[in-house]
Amino acid sequence: MNQHVTAAIENTDDADAPAQDVVRLVELKRRFGATAALDGISLTVRKGEILGIIGRSGAGKSTLIRCLNGLERPDTGEVFIEGREISRLRERDLQPLRRRIGMIFQHFNLLSAKTVEDNVALPLKIEGRPKAERLKRAAELLDLVGLSEKAKAYPASLSGGQKQRVGIARALAARPALLLSDEATSALDPETTRSILALIKDINRQLDLTILLITHEMEVIRSIADRVAVIDAGRIVEQGPVWSVFADPQSGITKRLLGAIRPQLPPELAARLRPSAGAQTILRVDVAGEAARGPLLSDLARAVPGAFRLVHGGIDHIQQQPVGTLFLSIPGGDAGHLAEVIAFLKSREARVEVLGHVADPV
Amino acid sequence: MSPILFELLLRSIWETVLMTAASGLISLVFGLPLGLALIATERGGIAESPWVNRVLAAVINGFRSVPFIILLVALIPVTRLIVGTSIGTWAAIVPLSIAATPYYARIAEVSLREVDHGLIEAARAMGGNRWTIVREVLVPEALPGIVVGFTVTLVTLVGASAMAGAIGAGGLGDLAIRYGYQRFETSVMIAVVIVLIILVCGIQWVGDRLVARLDRRG
Repeated sequence: MNQHVTAAIENTDDADAPAQDVVRLVELKRRFGATAALDGISLTVRKGEILGIIGRSGAGKSTLIRCLNGLERPDTGEVFIEGREISRLRERDLQPLRRRIGMIFQHFNLLSAKTVEDNVALPLKIEGRPKAERLKRAAELLDLVGLSEKAKAYPASLSGGQKQRVGIARALAARPALLLSDEATSALDPETTRSILALIKDINRQLDLTILLITHEMEVIRSIADRVAVIDAGRIVEQGPVWSVFADPQSGITKRLLGAIRPQLPPELAARLRPSAGAQTILRVDVAGEAARGPLLSDLARAVPGAFRLVHGGIDHIQQQPVGTLFLSIPGGDAGHLAEVIAFLKSREARVEVLGHVADPV
Repeated sequence: MSPILFELLLRSIWETVLMTAASGLISLVFGLPLGLALIATERGGIAESPWVNRVLAAVINGFRSVPFIILLVALIPVTRLIVGTSIGTWAAIVPLSIAATPYYARIAEVSLREVDHGLIEAARAMGGNRWTIVREVLVPEALPGIVVGFTVTLVTLVGASAMAGAIGAGGLGDLAIRYGYQRFETSVMIAVVIVLIILVCGIQWVGDRLVARLDRRG
């Protein structure tokens, strides 16, 4: 497992009040027949943070999230929720605990026979709250998710995004300490996904709610997670602050998952790349944090005289950290010049990779 | 049709309605919980118990495989035990109910099984117990199907009650056989058929209207 141990980890901790772990998993294992869905998962979720767990389908994400509220039981290992071990509790003892944990689902799972407000109020009905209190709380929550006017509507008349808003309101009804999100945006279009993610982030900030989400989309992790854990074949292969994992992915699976959203060399240029020396050498330069903040390119021009061209790339911001990739074209012919450029970039903590050579980069 | 026959027709209508309604109600009261028990005890159900499931299924299949006319006679001792007599309209309600209950249980089971498993999981995730799942999820979500199934059961009972004439229960079927067929009173036969058509259409119409009002699945 690759740990991205950087200053950013310390930054998420409040120095004055040590953050309490809302969730702590110790060596969780769960087999289904011959396959290990969970093969020794240990992780913690701190109070107020959003932890994203990403993996391909079948990686064990769903089993993992279901272990947190006892819908699934691990074969071995421990699940601590707010300090209490729950994996061996009886169903009856799990029920009050589950009221401390809200959950939202890919397919929303709203009850079609109940109105929107009755759906939202259901967790309170299960708790045995009086009707007036339930409806008051439902109205508050529908206001929070921006669906007050739909209180008396039935779910069938809502759009996917509205259904998920109702699902979120319902998950918050009993004032949970933890919100579990099971692929909550996977059934939504990109625009609706953005608005739902913005809502989740908003709730995280406003209510200081701890959130654990699972997804197979890096875009989801990038937009709202504080930390990410990459899971594959039932194991955590990599975890750390999102910006750091994005800037410097260690495992092959993380790189593949990131593939779609990390900058890539334009395909027509990539097609012309040759391994043998040509007129121009194409470099991939990954920068993050301090390296991306400084005037890297003008410093390069000053330190290593000679022309270079920026052919593609840019700097993005993830969790207020600049993270980016630049594709530079360096005139070939002089191996010493190229070595100097690479040495300079490396001295600024950039990661440099020679992709190949082209006759003409444009 | 003579006034006497007309009066007989009215009485037969009442007997048929009484038999259908009473045994229908009883089959609903016992059949729905039986259907719930079937899906709750099956593998992955909310009260998984393969053994109970197998026994329930065997008993239901046993009753369903006996032709009604045989059940009618075979249950005479049970009928006598429950209503004190083995003859008459009330006596017919016992075998009708016993035949309709497993029939309806199977129909209810199908509707209950169609409830999305995700909804049950959501209710569990909210901290709901089995009773919550039954009351808030399974029954309300399956209600349109439960009503459709009840309509089908009632219509089947109208047909089955015709056989109840064999134990002197009266009813429209009995009237049609004794007067319309055996005494060549064609007008009685026609009247019975028309009344039965109206009765069945009426039951179906009410059932369909109810389902339309209940179904919120869009």
